[in-house]
Amino acid sequence: MNAWANIRTIMKRELSGYFTSPIAYVFLVIFLLLTGFFTFTIGNFFERGEASLVSFFTWHPWLYLFLVPAVGMRLWSEERRLGTMELLLTMPITSWQAIVGKFLASWLFLALALLLTFPVIITVNYFGDPDNGLIVAGYFGSFMLAGSYLAISCMTSALTRNQVISFILSVMICLFFILAGYSPVTDLLTRIASPAVVDVVAAFSVMTHFEGFQRGVFDSRDLVFFISVIGFMLFTTGVIIRNQRSG
Amino acid sequence: MEGCGLITVEHLVKAFGPKLAVNDVSFSVERGEVLGFLGPNGAGKSTTMRMITGYYPPTSGRILVGGHDMVEDPLAAKRLIGYLPENAPGYADMTVNGFLNFCAELRGLQGDARKRAVYRAVELCFLESVLYQSIDTLSKGYKHRTCLAQSLIHDPDILILDEPTDGLDPNQKHEVRNLIKRLGENKVVIFSTHILEEVEAACSRVIIIDRGCIVANGTPAELQARSPLGKLDDVFRAITLPDTVKVETHA
Repeated sequence: MNAWANIRTIMKRELSGYFTSPIAYVFLVIFLLLTGFFTFTIGNFFERGEASLVSFFTWHPWLYLFLVPAVGMRLWSEERRLGTMELLLTMPITSWQAIVGKFLASWLFLALALLLTFPVIITVNYFGDPDNGLIVAGYFGSFMLAGSYLAISCMTSALTRNQVISFILSVMICLFFILAGYSPVTDLLTRIASPAVVDVVAAFSVMTHFEGFQRGVFDSRDLVFFISVIGFMLFTTGVIIRNQRSG
Repeated sequence: MEGCGLITVEHLVKAFGPKLAVNDVSFSVERGEVLGFLGPNGAGKSTTMRMITGYYPPTSGRILVGGHDMVEDPLAAKRLIGYLPENAPGYADMTVNGFLNFCAELRGLQGDARKRAVYRAVELCFLESVLYQSIDTLSKGYKHRTCLAQSLIHDPDILILDEPTDGLDPNQKHEVRNLIKRLGENKVVIFSTHILEEVEAACSRVIIIDRGCIVANGTPAELQARSPLGKLDDVFRAITLPDTVKVETHA
């Protein structure tokens, strides 16, 4: 498979790019510190007295809001700033392969960060008898959530050569995807709109779909939602890159 | 493919909004030719090269590379080309070795073939001493040669070099010119420059391009013959307009 070989080459370069610069280490340390802080201190993990990771997963949409765009903001804006985009896109590869390769590399990196939170699983299993199926579902949901945010960052980073603009745009779009289903906002909406409208708006939110995974409900609609967001955002990235070249 | 060159460009047009960067450019290049692209800054040299390498899709016109249409079959066409973009970009955080291996892999070279290709390119461009240095720590000359090595790595039939001697010291310029001449013996080399002596030294044919149009096309000797003193820069100044004139005519 020629296409897969190209994707793998790009993935490998992108991943090693994270680890040859301090980005990877800074990100991993901050991610782990923050998840620990939110889970145990703010989420009252011990005081809850229940053997579950609810206080761990609840924070993920909010933590990812800032951390995932920080990982994704450089994906294309850096290529444009350095001028390497011209090099990459005149290679005998399709822009699709480049987009997917870069996306998968960052997603894999986020998966690694997520896997490094394994001490919470050990902790909760040590102190109690949790439903580990629920935990696996929660992790999978969190992984899909990270992928959706990342695809959004990928799209915004293709828009500009400035990483700061890319970051802020991406945070704003991700925030919209959170707020559409965040209960204070939906409560507000029910006062001015019919329940049907509120449901439609909430259906666009990552919160609604992530909650399903947290409850351990493996609903194919949730999965389809996340995959659609990723697919749509990567497709948009491709369109943006093509348009830039057409002038 | 008789009668047409390795690269054939027909009625190439590129518009950025209302501005025509390249306006109806046609030419054809045969194997064994070194074509110099000459012109003032902003004349459309880089834009033309970016279209031939498949980075910019043309607004209209056709590009045939080794018989493959760049728009319809870009991968086959791109495989034949080695390209040095303007300003010689490279991934700042990679080592020279890592970068060349990455490019070789994208060119479909694997295992021993890849190692040999990287070794050959490193030797051609004298990069042994900086092989494990990261690209952002390199001097401009080395950075340039790293990117040049990248364009040579798969031993392409066609080399497209956008200002290959820009920012090099006189010795390095001399080396690159000799390299271009040597490679041009059995390949097609197209390179852009605004240094006239370079054209005399390395080209078998010159195309002068001004404001998106070809204004002269011939061997360096033919062009020199147009000037009473036989100097290429007289010819260049006679047929291209300086920026200042453009401003006056618009005002």
